[in-house]
Amino acid sequence: MSLLEVTGLRVSFPTSDGIVQAVRGVSFTVDRGRTLGIVGESGSGKSVSTQTLMGLTAGADISGRALFDGADLLAMDDERLRRLRGAEISMIFQDPLSSLHPLYRVGWQIGELIRVHEPEVSKAAARKRSIELLGLVGIPQPDRRVDDYPHQFSGGMRQRVMIAMGVALRPRLIIADEPTTALDATVSAQILDLLVRLQREFETALIVITHDLGVIADVADDVFVMYAGRQVERAALRSTYYRSHHPYTVGLLGSVPNAAVPGRLRQIPGAPPSLIHPPPACPFHPRCRFVMPRCTTDEPPLDPVRDDADPEHRSACWLPGGLLGVGPEVDEARTRAAQESRE
Amino acid sequence: MSTDGDVLVRVEGVEKHFPVKKGVFFQHEVGRVRAVDGVDLEIRQGETLGIVGESGCGKSTLARCIAGLLPVTAGQVSFEDEPISGLSRSGMRPFRRQIQMIFQDPYGSLNPRRRVGSIIGDPFDIHRLAAGAERKRRVQELMELVGLRPEHYNRFPSEFSGGQRQRIGIARALALRPKLVVCDEPVSALDVSIQAQIVNLLADLQAELGITYVFIAHDLSVVRHVSTRVGVMYLGKIVEMAEGERLYTRPQHPYSAALLSAGSVADPDEAARRERIILTGDVPSPIAPPPACRFHPRCPKAQHICTTTEPPLEVKPGEPADHVTACHFPVRPGERLGQTGLGAEPPPPSTGEPTAESGGEGGTA
Amino acid sequence: MSVTDLAAEPMPAGLEPESIEGRSPWRLAWSRLVRDRVAIASLIVILLMVAAALAAPLFAALTGHSPTDQYRETGLTDQGIPVGPGAEFWLGTDSLGRDLFVRTVYGARISLLVGVVATLLATFAGVVIGLVAGYFGGIVDTILARAIDVVLSFPYLIFAMALVSVIGPSLVMTTLVIAFFSWASIARIVRGQTLAIKEKEYIEAARSLGASPMRIMFVDVLPNLVAPVIVLATLLVPTAIVFEATLSWLGLGVDVRIPSWGAMLAESQSFFRVAWWYLIFPAGALLLTTLAFNLLGDGVRDALDPRSERLFATRRKGKP
Repeated sequence: MSLLEVTGLRVSFPTSDGIVQAVRGVSFTVDRGRTLGIVGESGSGKSVSTQTLMGLTAGADISGRALFDGADLLAMDDERLRRLRGAEISMIFQDPLSSLHPLYRVGWQIGELIRVHEPEVSKAAARKRSIELLGLVGIPQPDRRVDDYPHQFSGGMRQRVMIAMGVALRPRLIIADEPTTALDATVSAQILDLLVRLQREFETALIVITHDLGVIADVADDVFVMYAGRQVERAALRSTYYRSHHPYTVGLLGSVPNAAVPGRLRQIPGAPPSLIHPPPACPFHPRCRFVMPRCTTDEPPLDPVRDDADPEHRSACWLPGGLLGVGPEVDEARTRAAQESRE
Repeated sequence: MSTDGDVLVRVEGVEKHFPVKKGVFFQHEVGRVRAVDGVDLEIRQGETLGIVGESGCGKSTLARCIAGLLPVTAGQVSFEDEPISGLSRSGMRPFRRQIQMIFQDPYGSLNPRRRVGSIIGDPFDIHRLAAGAERKRRVQELMELVGLRPEHYNRFPSEFSGGQRQRIGIARALALRPKLVVCDEPVSALDVSIQAQIVNLLADLQAELGITYVFIAHDLSVVRHVSTRVGVMYLGKIVEMAEGERLYTRPQHPYSAALLSAGSVADPDEAARRERIILTGDVPSPIAPPPACRFHPRCPKAQHICTTTEPPLEVKPGEPADHVTACHFPVRPGERLGQTGLGAEPPPPSTGEPTAESGGEGGTA
Repeated sequence: MSVTDLAAEPMPAGLEPESIEGRSPWRLAWSRLVRDRVAIASLIVILLMVAAALAAPLFAALTGHSPTDQYRETGLTDQGIPVGPGAEFWLGTDSLGRDLFVRTVYGARISLLVGVVATLLATFAGVVIGLVAGYFGGIVDTILARAIDVVLSFPYLIFAMALVSVIGPSLVMTTLVIAFFSWASIARIVRGQTLAIKEKEYIEAARSLGASPMRIMFVDVLPNLVAPVIVLATLLVPTAIVFEATLSWLGLGVDVRIPSWGAMLAESQSFFRVAWWYLIFPAGALLLTTLAFNLLGDGVRDALDPRSERLFATRRKGKP
């Protein structure tokens, strides 16, 4: 059994402009010691999906099932979810400054987190563990820094403090939502290294949510790509990058500058759709280069794509399975397939 | 260096310091953020000069000094051999038509209370170049040029997506047909798929109109993609500058090597293959930068001389003439940078460790 | 131009915000305002009040009563007590036998005139001073900001009393005094807003285009101030009306012969036990007008900036 098993998750928010359908049917599993990368652009629903699991989406209409170690997170009462949060599942956010309380010393904040979940721990012992944790995440002179306030740390060091809090209770699942987006390249590399090292050490399951395909390439084992609240492709890391099936994944990879492919970037035209009125059928069809008549009428299911190297490789696209990859030849084959379907 | 004929902008010894003031009634200076601290470079006609560096390195401040938006503390910026630093607003006016800027924030850079036509037509008003129907015609031409629908002339910025807003900003910058466009993080606020659209648009416009770009970004792969030459900044100084591919494949300065090795690549095999040089510690405060070579406290190759003598930005033996490096011990090809030298011991962080964000670009952002 | 084709790869239909009409922020605000029932009711009350004030001479002709004539025969009882509301005097009479209805309607003229004119003056001064202080900064700002602080901390009622007793009461005097003590609150908020707007990238963009400070102030900064200024001005009108009433109540307002709500309230005090209408109608008119302006101001604020933090924190309507 997987550690986390999410099936048919749907999340929508009623707003004054209409109902925002943030997540429309997402299913995935995460196993112990594995890293799942969730990629998507703003408004794809990638953050909402995991925030919902943590009970952080107040006012949302939620349906689906999310079994964590056999217990449904979505059906759990607040008290039980609260105890789970931090102890069993922890989250690391993009902006560490707003996630840390500015008026308390970081050591106290880590200590409190420990003592809330393990009341038998004495203050002195909690402090000792805080120092150990700060050392573990690579903060120099942890015995001195433990008494500093968040603003006395740089951005990268603050993110380390957040990670220290994230692993303080040895959670079984860590959800990192854009953990390095606010950081510079050299710092970001350090943080990713740290996350992966800790994950291996504690055999934690890790979910990394990001828009950055470079981050995913660095840390993930499995990847799923989200677009307009839907999963469009799900595969192992290498299959996602080298044997992509969904035109959105292909387009996303083409949008990232790659030293091996000079010249114009292969951009995706248009802009992500509104989540209040998402396009019917395949949500990507208005921007898709290979759009077929069927794409505008029927929603493609997330089906296997005949990838011999990765039988679990699934994509929600009507293009024939087996058309995998990002090269120009594959694109030609896709164009041909699309043309044939139109005739 | 190349001949003077094709140099569009020359930046000589430019410094920009921001005073740090304290006191409510009687402010006194308690320090200076040395955002840009002695930069020499030239921008050549038709090229794209990329500038990379981490936050607080002074790249945005340098961009604003080149664009004439910030007065320099010392040094001189010349445009087509005419000095423009220290000019009055009216003296600067003719150069405003030649030098334009594209900003990072597609939301903050457009006045929310004005219509798109009026925003893009602003330059024509200010320089009294066109009015009425003529102005409208030229604005719509620009909108078409950047891929906007001319009939959206009367809309407000809030009715456009982030990428379209960035196109509006580009149209405004191009209105006066400038020779130089300074792009300050033009794509970093945009979604990946939209980034590609804007990068392509900028490239097309360069090919069509022969514009010279200064391209500032923290995204290393985007800079590599667009730039002819790239300069690396660290704590207010250029530490290395070279032709783009050369810099990315054979960096000489240990900081460039570390920075470029840290950039993410959207390629799992490449990501697994490459060796990251993980730097210790944080970027020191630009208020009190380390003496001599500013990188020495974090440098894996630092020796005693690095703490006493500042290395000049010069061509190293055996290197092409436009590859300049400010380092006593440049990285040799194939050399592995480990955690040796002075960098092995992380510098003791002071309690009130000033964060990189609080200085440098914080003063101008 | 060939670039066009490359740059604007055909955008498939339905991607652009095509469904959204070219709606200006103002039109959006207006559509939000008309959905706010409280604000619309307030607006109707204000319009009725203005109409009544404009039509005051008409009412005088209709009733055959001038606002200043004393109808001692019909308007007072044998004991010299004001008569109550009735067919002859719709809202009764005052202690001198004058028609209270006609006087209240005429009083609306004074209240609205002083309230609106003083507000316009104060708003103009406040916007200019706040804009200049915020935009130019430095020594200019220091001086103007101190001036704002001084005016705001002034014991204005005492000052107004002293001034009026020296120069003598008049309509112009009252208006100027009210304006003088009202601009500072507007100037302070405008200054703060200007400081915030000055840091926006679009101001930098205007500078990079070579725009002059004047142009930036009036073309780029000012339009962004219109919304808060409209709200502030709407909320300032009732304050000015109450200020005028207070001065008149103290006998320091406009000429005593001109009917004004404040003066009527002052006169009515000693007759309250025998003639409730004498107090209730002018007081009710005053209350209704100020309440309507305040509610309208709140509605306008919500309409202009539905998500903004409450810059001018007052009550919040319990909206769904």
